[in-house]
Amino acid sequence: MTGHVSIRLASERVNHSVSSSNELPRFYTPGEVITGMQDFMRGHGTYAEDDSLKASVAGVMQKVNKLICIRPLKSRYVGEIGDVVVGRVLEVQQRRWKVETNSRLDSVLQLSAVNLPGGELRRRSAEDEQMMRKHLQEGDLISAEVQSVFSDGSLSLHTRSLKYGKLPQGTLMKVFPSLVKRRKNHFHNLPCGVSIIIGNNGFIWLSPQKQDVLYEGNKDEIEEYDLQPVNRSDRETMARVKNCIAALVASKMMLDDTSIMFAYEESLKYPSVKDMLDPEAMLDIAFLAQHRINNAIEE
Amino acid sequence: MPGPDLLSSQGLRLDGRRPNELRRIKCKLGVFTQPDGSAYLEQGNTKVLAAVYGPHQAAKSKSSTDGVVVNCQYSTATFSTGERKNRPRGDRKSQEMSMHLRQALTAAIKTELYPRSQIDIYVEVLQADGGAYCAGVNAATLALIDAGIPLRAYACACSASMAWRAGQPEPLLDVGHVEEAAGGVVLTVAALPNTGSIALLEMSHRLHMDYFDVVLSRAMQGCRDIEIILDRAVRDHLAEGWTKQDIVTI
Repeated sequence: MTGHVSIRLASERVNHSVSSSNELPRFYTPGEVITGMQDFMRGHGTYAEDDSLKASVAGVMQKVNKLICIRPLKSRYVGEIGDVVVGRVLEVQQRRWKVETNSRLDSVLQLSAVNLPGGELRRRSAEDEQMMRKHLQEGDLISAEVQSVFSDGSLSLHTRSLKYGKLPQGTLMKVFPSLVKRRKNHFHNLPCGVSIIIGNNGFIWLSPQKQDVLYEGNKDEIEEYDLQPVNRSDRETMARVKNCIAALVASKMMLDDTSIMFAYEESLKYPSVKDMLDPEAMLDIAFLAQHRINNAIEE
Repeated sequence: MPGPDLLSSQGLRLDGRRPNELRRIKCKLGVFTQPDGSAYLEQGNTKVLAAVYGPHQAAKSKSSTDGVVVNCQYSTATFSTGERKNRPRGDRKSQEMSMHLRQALTAAIKTELYPRSQIDIYVEVLQADGGAYCAGVNAATLALIDAGIPLRAYACACSASMAWRAGQPEPLLDVGHVEEAAGGVVLTVAALPNTGSIALLEMSHRLHMDYFDVVLSRAMQGCRDIEIILDRAVRDHLAEGWTKQDIVTI
């Protein structure tokens, strides 16, 4: 098997920056004094020392009345109630699952906070605790919502809705959580036939669109459908969407359905999906998408 | 104790620097996408990569309820020195360096914020030309900032040595490999220049008490200079990564 391998010099690296904003906000860096006054409350990213408020992370200031926070450019995912997350099951424990969600501590999914597939009602019994591994195994990917945040910052998840639960076939992409825009809806069916879950924790799930009728089917039917092979064109579209997201991430653009869709439409001029991995192509796609976003904002 | 001739009669060092000059520092944040934070730092010919993972759930055996566990690994690439090394990590020297790194960085990290968590810091020396530990601390600080981990202040490290010029003691800043090998004393300081506190102090060889203060103050001056350089790099990185859409208006 032969193929073209392109290896480029570090000096020929492509600068992925597409932002056009010239005016920059005031940046704070660790140890810098924000204010010497006492009448402010210290929020995240700040600490009080020697009668003054200092920054502990590098970023920009956010001020709400008297509360001062410094928000870093990127950090681990900090969960908030109602966030949609995609996570991976790490461990099956007594009446709960441990889920990795790119947060500071592992998240917890209680057995009492799941809906069994097919809308089957759960009987609280010893058997169904033993059936837990049948439902979700180590290594399974799930989508869930943050139900509550514990005092130590770890998250409690729930999947009490038909849209949440185990993710069958698709592609997972990890991006920095700060790039995901908080939106009302994080589940999207893109017009190109890919459904996408943009988790607030920076995990993005791409899967072929499935028929809604299926939700009414029983458990076995769903399982059977989930195991059907995905055809090539669907897989190619998913790969294209994934490369579009990679292009947006390389240029540090915010991710939501509009920006991904714009990038997808711009990417159609590259007939082959793998051409989109070229740094110049990535920059081109991100730049055109940014341009369209700017136009959309102006209108 | 007149040491070897490290200063020329013009007062210049073997590589042409003045006694109070640092080597050129070049650094870059966010060089990798996989870790939470990463940085690359060049100090003269010493080249170091640092990567930070975390804070994430601590391993059960290490987990501590009163603060984050800082886990450091210092490794030296086999090709980094003149003579090829056999073990990149795990030997006595690397283990000691890992411990020193941990000491310096734990002083800077606000550990009390993340109980039951763990931060992994990996430092890889790609080219060692003296002061690899110092470059490692500086790179790790940048990587921690890139990862958005709360720090009290920048942790900077710098080394200083001692030379004689016309019978007068003259401390040398930021010791290179040639000067290290010449056998003079090397004082390594890791400090939080912003608060003026020292996180780690290490000295090879013996030095007379009378001269300790001058050497230490020169090393501290070096730490302060390095902090300014790092701060500038962080601000440049923020300006580059900043997008207008980031602004959350409340």
